[in-house]
Amino acid sequence: MYLTGTQTLIIILSVAAGAALTRFLPFLIFPDNRGVPPYIIDLGRMLPPAMMGLLVVYCLKDATVTASPFGIPELIAIAVIIVLHKWKNNVLLSIGGSTVVFMLLKQTVFS
Amino acid sequence: METRDSKSIKKALVSALPHTIPVFTGFIFLGMAYGVLMQAKGYNALWSVLMSAVAFCGSMQFVAITLLTTAFNPFQAFLMSFMVNARHLFYGVSMLGKYRGMGKIKAFLVYLLCDETFSIIYSIEPPEDVDSKSFYFWISLLDYLYWVLGTFLGGVIGNFVSFNTMGLDFVLTALFTVLFLEQMKAKENRLCGFIGIVGTVISLAVFGQENVVIPAMMIILVILTAGRKKICT
Repeated sequence: MYLTGTQTLIIILSVAAGAALTRFLPFLIFPDNRGVPPYIIDLGRMLPPAMMGLLVVYCLKDATVTASPFGIPELIAIAVIIVLHKWKNNVLLSIGGSTVVFMLLKQTVFS
Repeated sequence: METRDSKSIKKALVSALPHTIPVFTGFIFLGMAYGVLMQAKGYNALWSVLMSAVAFCGSMQFVAITLLTTAFNPFQAFLMSFMVNARHLFYGVSMLGKYRGMGKIKAFLVYLLCDETFSIIYSIEPPEDVDSKSFYFWISLLDYLYWVLGTFLGGVIGNFVSFNTMGLDFVLTALFTVLFLEQMKAKENRLCGFIGIVGTVISLAVFGQENVVIPAMMIILVILTAGRKKICT
């Protein structure tokens, strides 16, 4: 440990406070007993698919695209998700199947 | 009344649990990685579990390892945490409707809001005979417990685990991809999903891997605001 116990505790609480603020702020600004402006309601409808798109790209951000393996393991695994999901429409199967394929690719072909 | 309550809570647990299995896999794995990393920096399981239990913010906790190993600066830690977690602001805005009138457990649900919990709760409708409040409660609590448990395991036994886990973190990428596909089933979501992907790719190309999230949020917000009248009719 580089910091003292008390200092570590204060850092933990500071990180927690920053995170909690991002979570609570929208609910503090628009509590249950207050109306929500139409613009915010529309945002609440438009943001979820957009944010899930963001999360997908964010998760793939560290894939090596410009050099070997050129993001190929990720592309194959994503293709597996899409095909499996179209075919069986089972969330757990799509996630489990593609993860196994990705791990195999990473540990064998692209290791 | 008491028994009927506990029965319906149990029923909600049974229907919520399967939806959290991918998160279980991902969080145990990443939580362990975090516990091991903290251990390597001289912070035992007590400290890493405390961080996971109180702050509960995945990627920021990895960033915070740096903050724990340099000069003491709590204000910087607070600001950085706010920035790295800024995407929660958009989750909150998205959940205003679903979490309305949740009563006493609302603060609890909001405190435990994370990428995975938001994506699952937004995408998956509880079965008709299951109380939505209990369903949201279990999804939130289970995801949270997986993260804390993973951290604990990493701090205590992490160094003894030796099976090849390379690529296992893909499970969370797969989770988001599948839930994204679920969103895309509804026609009215497709344009917004496309905007999310394109906006983030642009941000990634312009601002790089380290700073992708906030510019991406800005790009998405601007495009959605400009196209709002067209998208929401």
